[in-house]
Parts: sequence; C-alpha cells; structure tokens
Amino acid sequence: MSPQPPQAMAETSQVLCILFIFLLPLALAGLALINTGLSRLRSAAHSMLATLCVAGVAAVTYFVMGFSLQGYPGLPSHTLNIFGKEWSWLGAGHFFMRGVPLDGSRASLTALMQLFCVALAALIPLGAAAERWRLRACCLSTALLAGITYPLFAHWVWGGGWLARLGQNYGLGFGFLDAGGSSTLQAVGGLTALSMVWLLGPRRGKYNLEGMPAALPGHNTVLVLFGCVLALVGWMGLNAAGSMLFAGMPPGRTVLVAVNTLLSAAGAVLAAAATTRYRFGKPDASLSANGWLCGLAASSAGCAFVPPAAALLIGLVAGTLVTYTVAWMEARLGLDDPAGAVSVHALGGIWGILAVGLFPRTAGVAVAAGAAIPPTAPGGQFLAQIVGIATLVGFVLPLTYSLNWLLNRFSPQRIPPDEERHGADLYELGAGAYPEFMTHTDEFSQW
Amino acid sequence: MKITGLLLMPSGWFIVLAALVLLRTIPALSAFVAAGMGVEILGLVLLIRSHLTPKGGNE
Repeated sequence: MSPQPPQAMAETSQVLCILFIFLLPLALAGLALINTGLSRLRSAAHSMLATLCVAGVAAVTYFVMGFSLQGYPGLPSHTLNIFGKEWSWLGAGHFFMRGVPLDGSRASLTALMQLFCVALAALIPLGAAAERWRLRACCLSTALLAGITYPLFAHWVWGGGWLARLGQNYGLGFGFLDAGGSSTLQAVGGLTALSMVWLLGPRRGKYNLEGMPAALPGHNTVLVLFGCVLALVGWMGLNAAGSMLFAGMPPGRTVLVAVNTLLSAAGAVLAAAATTRYRFGKPDASLSANGWLCGLAASSAGCAFVPPAAALLIGLVAGTLVTYTVAWMEARLGLDDPAGAVSVHALGGIWGILAVGLFPRTAGVAVAAGAAIPPTAPGGQFLAQIVGIATLVGFVLPLTYSLNWLLNRFSPQRIPPDEERHGADLYELGAGAYPEFMTHTDEFSQW
Repeated sequence: MKITGLLLMPSGWFIVLAALVLLRTIPALSAFVAAGMGVEILGLVLLIRSHLTPKGGNE
C-alpha cells in the first residue's frame, strides 16, 4: 500500500533542513566524549574506537536494509487490515536505498538524517556497557539494532506506521507524536542499553561481598562537560530537522524548537545541580551532565508541540528524575551503568513522550501537522502517547533483549573477567589511550 | 522468572493492541490500556528480579 506522500518542500526549507542535519555529527561527538569521559582511563581508547566502529556499522546496516524496513510516508509498506482499519507495520522498500532519489526530496532528507540518527541510537548502549563489551560484539549488536529494532519501531512512528495513525484510525488526538526522537532514538537506545547491562553484568569489583556498589568514577570530567556542549548543538539540529521532516513544521517554527530544546536542557542541568547539592552537600559534575543530557533526550518528543514554559518544566523534572534514578538503579537494581544511559535515555525519553500528552498545545500541533484540530475526546492524545510507551516496554525491550541474548549465546559479548582488570584498551587494542600520561601508576594493575 | 517476565511484557502489549481494535469509548480503552500496562510492568519487575546481583559481590 502507498499512503499519500507529504507535500514537497520549498527549496529554502530543503537547504535549512540539510544544514540542521549537518549538525547531527556533533551529537555523536558529544555522546562519544561523555561515554569516554565517564569510563575509566584503562578503556578510553577502546571507547572512542568503539564509537567510530559502531557508527560505521549502524550507517552501513541501515543503508543496506534499515531504510527499506523503516520506509517513509509515500513509500510502499506492508499493511494489515484489521476490522476495516489499515495497520502499516513494516516498510516495503528496496534494499540499498534503491528507488530513493537522493535529490533533496523529503524522503531523501529523511534517509540522510536517519543514517545519523541510527548511529546516535547505537552509541547509547556503549556508555552503559563500557569497559566490558568486546569490540566485535558491539558491532554485531549494533547491526541487530540498526537492521531490525530501530527501523521497525521508527516505521511505526515516523514511517506512516500504525502508531502514527492512531489519531486517524481510532480518534486518539493526532496519533503518537514524537518530533525529534525521544522514543525512536532515546528510548530504543536506552532500552537496548538496559538489555546489555543485564546481559553483561556489572564490572569486576563494582559490588562488594554485601552487594553494595563501589564508586568507580570516570577518568575525565572535562571531556564529559565539553561533550554536553557539543551534544546541545547536535540536538538543536536533530530536533529542528525532525520537526521539519516528521511534524511538517515550517522553517520559521524551528525557532520554537530551538528555544524549547535549550530551555529543557537548562532546566534539567539546574535541577540536577540543585538536587545533588541538596543530597550530597555539593553539586555533582557527572550527575549534572547526566541531567543536561536527560533534558535534551526528554525535549525531543515535544520540542515542536509544547510551549516554552512546558519545555522548562519538562527539563526540571528530567534533571531531578535522573539524579535519583541513577543512584537507585545502581544500589537497588544492581545495574552497573557507567554513563547512566538507562536513566538518561530510556527514562528521559519515556518522560519526554509522556510530556507531549500532558502539555499539548493542540493548535500548535494542528499547525505543525497541517491539519484541522481533530474531533477527539479529552485525553485522546495522552492515551496515544501511553500506547507508544506500552509498545516500547512490551515489544521493543523484549525484542532487543532476546536478540542480544541470542547473540551472546553464539558470540560471547563480555571481555573475559581475568582480562578486564587490565582494561579494554590493553586486551583489545594492545595499548592504552595515554601511554605517556599515567595519572596513577597502578591504574592498569588495580581492580 | 526471566522467561516469564519476557513473556508477560508482550502479553501486556497485546492487551493494549486488542483494546485499541475492539473498544471505542475512551474510558473503556483507558481501562484496558492501563490493565495491559500493568501486565507489562509485572513482567518488567520479574525480569529485573531475575537480574539482581546476588550477594557475594563480583570481586
């Protein structure tokens, strides 16, 4: 079946959208620096190399098969007819992006943007599984993410799939809304990170005999905080390009998107700094950085749909949420997540999705969607967002867990425990990141 | 416990999907979506419990 394609973009919109997409690599760079800075010295080079390899595998896999499965409104897709309603569940395009004219059309801009987006989603588990995930296993797991999990869910949200049509088919507001990828990118990446943390287990020496976690601080806070600044620029591009391509925003409304993105990040970092100061007596740099990133992750879904005050509130909640959940997950759930990726991306993303249902500016959504306000019962939009969250928890998490569990059976994903104490750099690369700059003489020999 | 949790989560999702297809009024739909989410959360709790780090540490 071939749904009606969206309207063609004006040339100025195309140029602007391409410029926004060109900012996306900065989000990758930011996330890479954050992941590396929050891991220990002994695995720094491995972390950066894994970032490049994972981004490469994600882009190639998505080019080969991902985009054909994700599709785009107007491109062919597989549908089921259930009681007279069409459920589009999978794209039916050609592999290797054949049939997609790379000429500046909406479909081609989407394909370009998605190559970066899938790489960004694939970097999220790297932070959670840092210091103990084999390079080969990272790449194989990324291929599963970029080839199966990501395109499938992204089709449902951005490819004209059944979640996007909840409004049209069942009167639930405008259907599931996510302009910048709180669900498709952040939550999918965060839930994959959760699966990896479970499958790999904690780092050696993380928990003592009583099950209490030990602090294993990252090796470079400056990298982490600089990564946050780069991530902001990248996220501006991500949210703005997503709003134009997936929410039909005119170029002028990207100002609202940028304001909302910045306010959400600002609110989140201030909330995180204040909360950690209240809890520990002094602001915590790494948790504040987590707060900043969580604010960005939460901002994406509603950046085009909520007023600026709501974006600030979304950020304040995100920043507070992350400081409590990182510690709670580590102490109570036994999750050793060095970058806090599960809290930041999975919970932050889910909070962002929910916030679209809580603070919708219906007129703004209607303008963005180029449609009249639909006759929907109160709460319809909120319910559509809840259905999206239920899909993430009830489908995406079991799928990504099962795929990685199977992969682990055939190709063990964890670095052998005896080698872990030397660090991933020595075991996998044969040399450390800073061979002539030893800050601690025992760094490579201690637990 | 792990397998049960993994099976419960999609079961909850199917309840949500079934509610979408079969129910028309928002209150009824909300109730069944909430029920489906409840089943999913139950599965998630089981999955979390199956991965709790046993006492004894990982030294």
